[in-house]
Amino acid sequence: MTDSKHRSPQGMGFDTLSLHAGQVPDPTTGARATPIYQSAAFVFPDSDAAAGLFNIERAGHVYSRLSNPTNAVLEERMAALDHGVGSVVTASGQAALHLAITTILSAGDHIVSSRSVYGGTHNLLEYTLSRFGISTTFVDPRDMRAFADAIQPNTKLIFGEVLGNPGLEVLDIPTLSELAHAHHLPLLIDATFVTPYLCQPIELGADLVVHSATKFLSGHGVVVGGVVVDGGTFDWQSSDKFPTLSEPYVGFHDLVFADEFGPAAFITRARKEGIRDFGACMAPMTAFQILQGLETLPLRMQKHVANAMEVAKYLEQQELVASVSYPGLPSHPDYELAQTMLPKGCGAVFSFELKDGREAGRVFIESLNVFSHLANVGDAKSLVIHPASTTHHRVDEASLKASGIGPGLVRLSVGLEDAKDLINDLKGGLRAVEKFNKQRASQAAKPLEAVS
Amino acid sequence: MKVEIHGKSVAYSSGSGHPEHNAPAIYFLHGAGMDHTVWVMQARYFARHGYRVMALDLPGHGKSDGPALDNVDALADWFYGVIGATRSGADSVTLVGHSMGTLVCLSLAARYPDLADKLVLLGTSAPMPVADVLLNAAQDNDHAAIDMANTWSHGQRSLLGASDNPGTSNLHMGERLLERMGDDVYFKDFSACNGFSTEHYDAIHTPTLIITGDQDKMTPPRAGTAVADMLMNSRLMHLQGCGHLMMSEQPNQVLDAMSAFVLT
Repeated sequence: MTDSKHRSPQGMGFDTLSLHAGQVPDPTTGARATPIYQSAAFVFPDSDAAAGLFNIERAGHVYSRLSNPTNAVLEERMAALDHGVGSVVTASGQAALHLAITTILSAGDHIVSSRSVYGGTHNLLEYTLSRFGISTTFVDPRDMRAFADAIQPNTKLIFGEVLGNPGLEVLDIPTLSELAHAHHLPLLIDATFVTPYLCQPIELGADLVVHSATKFLSGHGVVVGGVVVDGGTFDWQSSDKFPTLSEPYVGFHDLVFADEFGPAAFITRARKEGIRDFGACMAPMTAFQILQGLETLPLRMQKHVANAMEVAKYLEQQELVASVSYPGLPSHPDYELAQTMLPKGCGAVFSFELKDGREAGRVFIESLNVFSHLANVGDAKSLVIHPASTTHHRVDEASLKASGIGPGLVRLSVGLEDAKDLINDLKGGLRAVEKFNKQRASQAAKPLEAVS
Repeated sequence: MKVEIHGKSVAYSSGSGHPEHNAPAIYFLHGAGMDHTVWVMQARYFARHGYRVMALDLPGHGKSDGPALDNVDALADWFYGVIGATRSGADSVTLVGHSMGTLVCLSLAARYPDLADKLVLLGTSAPMPVADVLLNAAQDNDHAAIDMANTWSHGQRSLLGASDNPGTSNLHMGERLLERMGDDVYFKDFSACNGFSTEHYDAIHTPTLIITGDQDKMTPPRAGTAVADMLMNSRLMHLQGCGHLMMSEQPNQVLDAMSAFVLT
C-alpha cells in the first residue's frame, strides 16, 4: 500500500496487554494466574498428531526446550508489547542476541554494530563470533555515515542498543532503519534499557528486537532470561543475502521458511533450529517470574524514569561531578532526539563522571548504602557500578575511550525507592569523596619525613 | 514455488510435499489482501498425507504476477486455468477457500459443477457486503483499512495476544501480512467481495464443509449458516471463541474438521 509504514493494529492498550497478553484463565482449573508447566515433555494424543506437531501442522508442545506453555505466555506477551509477529524466550539476554544473529548469519558474514554496547555483547561480537567466521565492524552510534561506510558485500545485519552503554547515546532508529533497508539489511535492536513501555523499536522501523529480560522486564532481579522478538517486517527474499530463510533447509526436510511462513519466517527458524540445536532455552519457573514482573511494567517504568530524572538533575548541580550523561537532560547531546524517540522517558540507567577519577569513583561507590554495588541494571532496587573496573574491564584503553568511558565514570540504575533517600545516599557518597580529596591533599602537602 | 501459466507467474506452496503423479489434489485460496502463507499448517498436513497441495497466491498477491482482479467470476476463471495446468494426474480435486477465497470456490463450483469433489469454506458469506468505511479506506490505500479489517478479523483471545501457536501473535501476523500487498489490491479484493451475487448460479451439489467462528465480525456465523442452507449437500462446523482468521486462531480444530471431511 502507498501508506505502507507498519503500525500497530487497533488492539488492546499497553497496560492491559502487560497484564493479560498471552494468557486466558486456565480452561481446566480456572487458574487466573499463569500456571507453571514444570514438565519436560508433553503427551501426544496419537501418532498422527505427534507427526503433525513435529511437521508444524499442529499447534502445541512437544518438549520444553522447543516450547512450553508457561514460556509461550511470556513469548506472546512480549510479542504483543513489542508489536512483533512472535518471540522466543531464551536462557539469558546474551542467548537471545546469539540466537538472533545465528538464525540469519553464517561463517563469512559480517555485522555493523554500534560501538557503544554492553561489554558482554562487545565480547560476543568482537572475539567469540569471529572464531566462528562472523566478523563485526564497530562504529560511532551517532554517525550514520559511519554505519553506511562500514557496510560490506557480506554484511547481513545492522545492530545497536537504543541507549548506548554506558554513554547513553540515543540511537536514531528511524534513520538507521532507512539506511539498513536501503541496503536490504535488517536492523536488530537491543532494547533492554528502555523496555517496550518506553520504546517499541519495531514501530520505529527496526526488524528484530532483543531484550535481557533479567532487567526492567522482570524488575525483581531474581532470574536471568532473554527474548528475541521478530517484527515480521523484513522481506528475507528481497535479496540472496539470507539463504537460511530463503533457501531449502536440509535440517527440516527442505523447508523454505520465507516461502511457507511469510512474515514469521525468522522466528519460526529461530525456534525450529536455534533453540532446537543450541538449546539455550528458558526454564518455565523463570518465565513465570518474569511474567510477574511484566504485570507491573508500566507502573514501575513511570517511577523509574521519574526517579532517574530527579537524581540526574541533582547530580548535574554538584561541584564534584564533571558531567551527567542522561538524555532526559537538555545538556545531553541527544536530548532533542530523545524527546521524539523516547517521549515517556529515557530509562533509569545513566552515568556520570566524577572529577577526580578512578580513586574518587571507588570511594564514592563504597560509601553508598541504599545503592547496591553490583553488575546488573534494571532492578527495582537502585544499583551502582564503576564500568572501567567491572563490566568493561576486558575492553582495552583505546576502545574504552572510544566508548566514552572515563576513569571516574559511575553508572547508576535508579530504582523505585523514595527519590529523597536516593539523593541523600548520593550526597553521602559525594561527601566521602570530598573528605578523601582533602585527606589526599593534606598528605600531599606534608614533608616526606612527616609522612614516614 | 512458482508455475508459469499463460505467460504469468503463479506462486504457491506445496506444503513441502513431493506428491505422486496421480495424487489427489487440494487447492487453497486465501482471502482479501493475504497470500498462501495463511494455509501453512493445513498445507503441510495434506502434503504429508499424500496430497498434491497447491496453496496459491491470487493474481497480484504474494509473489504471483498481477494485476489483481476485481470480480469473483474473473478470479474463478483464473482459478479454473490454474487447476487445469497443475492438477497433474489427480482424479479428485478439493477446493478450500477462506473469506473472499470461498466466493471464488462457489463461483467455480456453480459454473463447473464436475470439477471439484469437495469444497471447504472457512469464514464465508454470500453475498459478502463490505462496509463503506472499509471500502473507502482501501480505495485511498489508507493503512486504516488494514487496521480495521485486521482487528475485526480476530476473536477476543487473539486481541488479548494469546495464540494456540506457541509464542506467536495472530494479530500482528495479520497486520504484517496485509502490509505486504501492493497499491489498490485491497480495494479490488473488497470490490470483488462487494459485487458478488449468487443470483445466476444453479444450486451447488458438491459436498461442502462450512466452518464458522462465533466471534467472526467479517463473516458472522449466521452468514455461514445461510450459505450452508443455500447448498444442496453441506455440513456446518461452528468454532467457539474463534474469529475470522480461524486457520491461525484455531489451527487444530480447523485441521480436525478438514481432515475428517476431506480424507473420508
